[in-house]
Amino acid sequence: MLKITNLQKTFNPGTVNAKTALCGLDLYLEDGDFVTVIGGNGAGKSTMLNAIAGVWKPDYGTIEIDGVDVTAMPEHKRAKFLGRVFQDPMKGSSPDMEIDENLSIAARRGTKRKLVWGIKKNERAEYRKLLEPLGLGLENRLSAKVGLLSGGQRQALTLLMATLRRPKLLLLDEHTAALDPKTAAKVLEITDKIVTENKLTTLMITHNMHDAIAYGNRLIMMHEGKVVVDVSGEDKKKLTIAELLGLFEKASGSEFANDKVMLSK
Amino acid sequence: MVFLNALPGAVAEGLIWGLMAIGVYISYKILDIADLTVDGSICTGMCVCAMLITNGVPAWISVIAAFLAGALAGIVTGLLHTLFGIPSILAGILTQLMLYSVNLAILGGKSLVTLYGGNHSLLLSMSDNIMAIVVAGLLIVATIICLWLFFYTEVGLTLKSTGDNPDMSRAQGINVDFNKVLGLAISNGIVAFAGALLAQYKGSANINDGRGAIVIGLAAIFIGLSVSMKIKPNFVVSLIGVIGGGIVYYIIYNFVILLGLKTDYLKMLSAIIVAIFLAVPYLKGKYFTKKKSILPITSEKEKEGAENA
Repeated sequence: MLKITNLQKTFNPGTVNAKTALCGLDLYLEDGDFVTVIGGNGAGKSTMLNAIAGVWKPDYGTIEIDGVDVTAMPEHKRAKFLGRVFQDPMKGSSPDMEIDENLSIAARRGTKRKLVWGIKKNERAEYRKLLEPLGLGLENRLSAKVGLLSGGQRQALTLLMATLRRPKLLLLDEHTAALDPKTAAKVLEITDKIVTENKLTTLMITHNMHDAIAYGNRLIMMHEGKVVVDVSGEDKKKLTIAELLGLFEKASGSEFANDKVMLSK
Repeated sequence: MVFLNALPGAVAEGLIWGLMAIGVYISYKILDIADLTVDGSICTGMCVCAMLITNGVPAWISVIAAFLAGALAGIVTGLLHTLFGIPSILAGILTQLMLYSVNLAILGGKSLVTLYGGNHSLLLSMSDNIMAIVVAGLLIVATIICLWLFFYTEVGLTLKSTGDNPDMSRAQGINVDFNKVLGLAISNGIVAFAGALLAQYKGSANINDGRGAIVIGLAAIFIGLSVSMKIKPNFVVSLIGVIGGGIVYYIIYNFVILLGLKTDYLKMLSAIIVAIFLAVPYLKGKYFTKKKSILPITSEKEKEGAENA
């Protein structure tokens, strides 16, 4: 489903601030893989997701989604393959627009938008049905401005928007990191439900080691712009945090350092 | 009494400037771009309309031509911004400067073209203010209906989200750059459309007309929205509010003239009105908001808060 080959990216090349974020990254995802991504500060996790989404072009290497080489494709065109949820809950939905308007925009991701009515009559009923299982009461507030919602509600809505039109690949960039623990758990639960029910191929960055082990069928750890640990299947199910840290230290030759991970343990 | 006599004229001119302000509303409020092209494109609309009418072209065709000329100016600004990465405010200033030369060329090198004396049939004129109010009013209603329909289409909704959240828009497969160009074209088209009406109303097009138009447009928007947002914050009510803002602005304008303010100082007055409207919300936010709790809010409370809001 996703094939990344020898991906390289250096920010601010040739200056004192030069930072090599991706250093020959290779990654292959099977159809239906739910992969959790964990790594230290500046390991290149978000950089990898942004490269896949097309926020900027890599210096070298190729990205293939479902057999299509998207390396040179602009961000808005790539969007037809991707569902994205950002770390910042404010980033994924349009605050000055209504809930149903946001959903209708998401429902047309990857299609040619025409001069026809933006929300069809039966769509609202459909959206209500989709919002109901979230258990946030949003189904009764379809015409409320999204800016009035809480961070957790917005993140749940963004998740729905990202998956409303089935994406080939779902990219979750620490999408629960900005939420309080209770809300984060709820959003994660919704995430797991949507991903497993629809068998979506998913890359989820998390700073929580428990979550990284508990969710998904595969776990990768990144270090200095590369994947250094890759565990899947039965091995992953049996994994403990101590083992995970041990694997990391053996593979990278350094201690695992991520402020957020350390704080959330 | 003198004031009442001046009232129909103020309303007629206010309507035309209100229409122009709707153009500014699209760039400033919907696309979130402070587009300075309008100072030039309103004059382009006036020049195109006046020249076509003096050359015997029917007034309504001249108005459409003015709209297209304005849209073209908007496209130039849009491309300077999106294709060449020039900051939007600078792109607008560049186009505005280009338009000064373009407008002179349209006027055939003259700085003033009048519509008097030629016995041209005009859509509206200063000589019959009531008629001017009716014609401008009908054209405004038609414009608002078109915009209302457009902004609820699939394309229109993406235009709104482009200004509101470009990150989300790109993630949802929206070509943000294209939308900015499209929005600026519509915005400047409407501005030039209003310019065409203004040229007919005043009976002339002057190369210096339109200077400071953006400020008048913003003044109309702020005055209008300060009322309409309290009534109902939706799209159509906002547009009606903006028209109302234009009328209020021109009534104040005429009133101040009657009080004896020299016309030389009017631009100063416009700028001060806009500066006040921009400053008040900022100062309010800075000095008059209640301090929020810095403790984390639990999701239950947060939910309640959002529902009460």
